[in-house]
Amino acid sequence: MHVAVAPACNIQCHYCNRKYDCANESRPGVVSELLTPEQAVKKAVVVAAAMPQLAVVGIAGPGDPLANPERTFATFRMLAERVPDLKLCLSTNGLALPHYVDELARLHIDHVTITINCLDADIGAEIYPWIFWKHKRIRGRAAAEILIEQQQKGLEMLIARGILVKVNSVLIPGVNDEHLKTVSACIKEKGALLHNIMPLISAPEHGTYYGVMGQRSPTPEELKALQDACEGNMAMMRHCRQCRADAIGLLGEDRASEFTLDKIETMTITDDFLAAARQRRMAWREKIAAERKATEENDSARRHQQAVITLHRQPRPAFLHAGATELEVSGHAPVNHSPSKSDNVSGRTVLMAVAAKNGLVAEHFGHAREFLVYEVSASGAKLVGHRKTDLYCVGSAACGENEDTLEKTIQALAGCEVVLCAKIGYEPWKRLEAAGILPNGEHPWESVESACMAVWHEMHAAGKLASQVPAQKVA
Amino acid sequence: MALEIVEACIKCWACVPLCPQKAIYEADPHFLIDAGRCTECLGDYADPQCASICPIEGAIVNELNEPLNPPGSLTGIPPARWTAAQRETPFR
Repeated sequence: MHVAVAPACNIQCHYCNRKYDCANESRPGVVSELLTPEQAVKKAVVVAAAMPQLAVVGIAGPGDPLANPERTFATFRMLAERVPDLKLCLSTNGLALPHYVDELARLHIDHVTITINCLDADIGAEIYPWIFWKHKRIRGRAAAEILIEQQQKGLEMLIARGILVKVNSVLIPGVNDEHLKTVSACIKEKGALLHNIMPLISAPEHGTYYGVMGQRSPTPEELKALQDACEGNMAMMRHCRQCRADAIGLLGEDRASEFTLDKIETMTITDDFLAAARQRRMAWREKIAAERKATEENDSARRHQQAVITLHRQPRPAFLHAGATELEVSGHAPVNHSPSKSDNVSGRTVLMAVAAKNGLVAEHFGHAREFLVYEVSASGAKLVGHRKTDLYCVGSAACGENEDTLEKTIQALAGCEVVLCAKIGYEPWKRLEAAGILPNGEHPWESVESACMAVWHEMHAAGKLASQVPAQKVA
Repeated sequence: MALEIVEACIKCWACVPLCPQKAIYEADPHFLIDAGRCTECLGDYADPQCASICPIEGAIVNELNEPLNPPGSLTGIPPARWTAAQRETPFR
């Protein structure tokens, strides 16, 4: 979860508008309720009691945490005292980072995210109109130069102290797209753990410079191409959902509205309450560790079992019988056939979109607010991105509601050959097929990876994966 | 002489800790400057600190009611462009 204790910022970015606060919107820098450090700690304690899966508390804004040092550090100190088993993290633009690295180390901050959009001050001058530095507002190239220098210095200092560093970069087409490859190589060289390249969010109604001036966002394909190009350098983060500075819960399922200040302030927190909540978290973590171990052990066996079910099933339109399929799958338990083919099967990589929930193919096509995108080949299914299907803002009349949602969803799935979901209606099925995307409702409630692999093997068996790999054929 | 915070203020707190005279205080619907304390940073800094970090155009004005950060000066959006965009898609 994020606690929104840090309203002030010391720089301006062209993708940010500090005036905005809309509960229907979900993007960084947007927040509904500013908290005092005391309120934030109480909120974290309550959420950690209600959700034993909570592991990390972060401060990400809505401004810059290090431009609000008193509020940020007071929050961290109290958290360390009251919920010592939770990890602490922080997200910053990096301008004030060198000044506070030692304090972050003292407080045992687990990891720090720095937003680094460029290393070149000429590019920086196109992204940052000004910074506040040493009691002055500095503009243009001079501002970008200082910011870049402080970011890099902060990054180096964190690494030297053994604090994990993630780097966020906003992909701005025509501004820093090519340059981000250089950024990725540089931060890897310096020891950053993870690079999270995020698409620019830009719409006129956000009131940002980029939104008003018509700077476009990148397409999902552009984002993926850049992430792929940078992947040789270091681990790419592909699951980022660009959440709000007050987000709570799992990716894609923000529960912040369940924990508003008026609900939390009426609660009394006792030592017994804290101890019991901590006990539940420990039990949860042990359970997860045990489940993960069991899953790993059973994984290959389960994959074969599902492949058999698929082969034996009568061909039929999945959109009519997906519910029945679910029962059939859980009732079946053949484990004897289907030799492991993965080792000596060759075929091209297929991009598949999955309406997933908690790692399973569990969403109805029409209910999915996002699709996870997997790159599937004989060697496995790898998460490479996600596609949103709804608008960033759903509550305002200004947010283009008269657009055809299904058409937008199909556009969002561009480049994917298959879409896996628990169930799908006839109309979207037809429209997807017409757009060249194959809907598949044959694997409801299966784990995403094994469902993707099963579909890939079906496509392979049908001879659909031999094309586009002429080099392999010649060899 | 004193500066004044007006209704455009978004209460982001950036100015409060910077004021050398501790003249800025939280209030509703926006923060306020104690005119008796404000020196416009004369003798302390070259520029008034509140107006140097404030992210909102027009939120801080001088005694002539002139904004220290006029339209377009912080976002870089030309005022005419902003007005046109507001007409097309209304937003804050």
